Amino acid sequence: MAMRHSVVLDSRRCRGCTSCIKGCPTEAIRVRGRKATILPDRCIDCGECIRICPHKAIKSVGDQLDILTRFEYCVALPEPALYGQFHNLDNIDIILNALLKIGFHKVFEVAKAAEMISDFERQAICAGPPKVTPLISSSCPTVLRLIRMRFPKLLPHVACTILPMELAAILARREAAEETGLPPERIGVFAIVPCSSKVTAARVSEGLQAPVLDGAFAIRDIYLRLLSPMKHLEQIEPMSSVGIMGLGWASCGGESAARLREQCVAVDGVPNVIRMLEEIEDGRLPEADFLELSACTQGCVGGCFTVENPYAAKMRIKGLMKGLPVSRNRFPFQGEERDIVRRDKDLQYLPTFVLDQDLGAALNKQLRIQELESNLPGLHCGSCGAPSCHAFAEDVVLGRATVDDCIFKVRERMRSMAGKDEADDYLPPPFRRQQHDTSRR
Amino acid sequence: METIKLVYPVEGGDLIEAGEASSKMKLTLKKLGLPQDVIRRASICMYEGEINMVIHADGGEAQVEVDSDQITIRMMDSGPGIPNVDQAMQEGFSTADSTARELGFGAGMGLPNMKRYSDEMTIDTVVGTGTTVTVKIKIPQ
Repeated sequence: MAMRHSVVLDSRRCRGCTSCIKGCPTEAIRVRGRKATILPDRCIDCGECIRICPHKAIKSVGDQLDILTRFEYCVALPEPALYGQFHNLDNIDIILNALLKIGFHKVFEVAKAAEMISDFERQAICAGPPKVTPLISSSCPTVLRLIRMRFPKLLPHVACTILPMELAAILARREAAEETGLPPERIGVFAIVPCSSKVTAARVSEGLQAPVLDGAFAIRDIYLRLLSPMKHLEQIEPMSSVGIMGLGWASCGGESAARLREQCVAVDGVPNVIRMLEEIEDGRLPEADFLELSACTQGCVGGCFTVENPYAAKMRIKGLMKGLPVSRNRFPFQGEERDIVRRDKDLQYLPTFVLDQDLGAALNKQLRIQELESNLPGLHCGSCGAPSCHAFAEDVVLGRATVDDCIFKVRERMRSMAGKDEADDYLPPPFRRQQHDTSRR
Repeated sequence: METIKLVYPVEGGDLIEAGEASSKMKLTLKKLGLPQDVIRRASICMYEGEINMVIHADGGEAQVEVDSDQITIRMMDSGPGIPNVDQAMQEGFSTADSTARELGFGAGMGLPNMKRYSDEMTIDTVVGTGTTVTVKIKIPQ
């Protein structure tokens, strides 16, 4: 199925400045005709371009709140990162009660599902050593897409579990159907998420054949709507049913902590994640049992849809943990029902970076890329619209650009057409191949 | 037949940076769509070779050739050379200094690992002049 990315470009705002192309960890953006374009096959929805764009032209589109009206009964699934967004909040129930004032009829905390997944994992750890080590967390959809594209060898290392918000959605819909007697399709189940990648995952699941969510709202979009009802609650019903472990999932390291006793590595930020995956791929970290990888700084609290500084949000969530039990939810299923938490489809390799399926053709293309690259200035100026000279050479060979898109190549050619074969003289100093001795002139 | 040549300088004295050439090579091999196992074995050989050159020879150069039959990695240095190759090939034998050992290197597994993960390995060494370790990894057709 084609990806339905949530990261989109607002072309009226884009000035084609090329700021975004270098920040993209998968080199998925090119500037064409003064506008950025995203190569959909390569985008992993990490949100890096959204953070970088000085003109706020790249956005991620969560669903609009008015889709709630399409359903008779709506359930909110707040991710724990939401809890860290509010100043001076000492009670999670205030947020959960306020959600009932803005159009939702029921709340099911994603942190609750996270605690169940952690319990499921602890049972698996007790049951015996895993088939492969280290196990890699399956909780960040951006990381899953990254592994599918660049680290196919590591796919068997990825944990078998679905996202906490997906488990929450399945359980919440069941509960709501039982409570209301409504058919499941008339119940809307919506996650409130910290990042673009989870909006995409709500539409096209990485691990499930059929999506289990009806939509996902950005924390940023819900935040302002919550502020007023949070202030004016007449009474606060006790609703939250999570402990320290569930809240911990909001930041990188929390999922690891809930595994107890294992040797875990928690890594945040896409460049760090890539470096770690490289090491695992080469077997250079044999002592690790589990890898928790988050695309965003500090984990979900650093998502591009959050309002607060990730470090501040993490501190607040720590504050909210005070006085809570360690965990308040067990994985409640036995026998075949346990499969509810597992993926029902395999993670497939996405060979987006492969030059050609045929090795001979790929070698030929690589040769041409190297040949062309050796004749490029190596400045990575971005004027051609590609993030680096190497990416540009690849684009030319793969037919996504022509050599004339490089201003230095054009300049060279114009000089030689004008009969001046020493084009070098006319290039700006940083790009001359020969350094002139100017000291004696 | 198309043959790609890749050349990576390996800086001496910097154990922390060692592994960069292997990472870069790996990225190119992935783009060629080579089998995962071949890529893995090639990067292990390259990584071990890089570490060796950094520890013993103050760096050198890694040359990689890829055609549709095999990957050939040549690790060339102008270091002290290996006086006793048989001894150097024994697992656990190492002449790495204490600095390298403190960093967790020098376990005497470098050359044995290169042998284990490659299909062919040759060592050309002249004491006082330098060493070239060549490994070949076949690509299953």
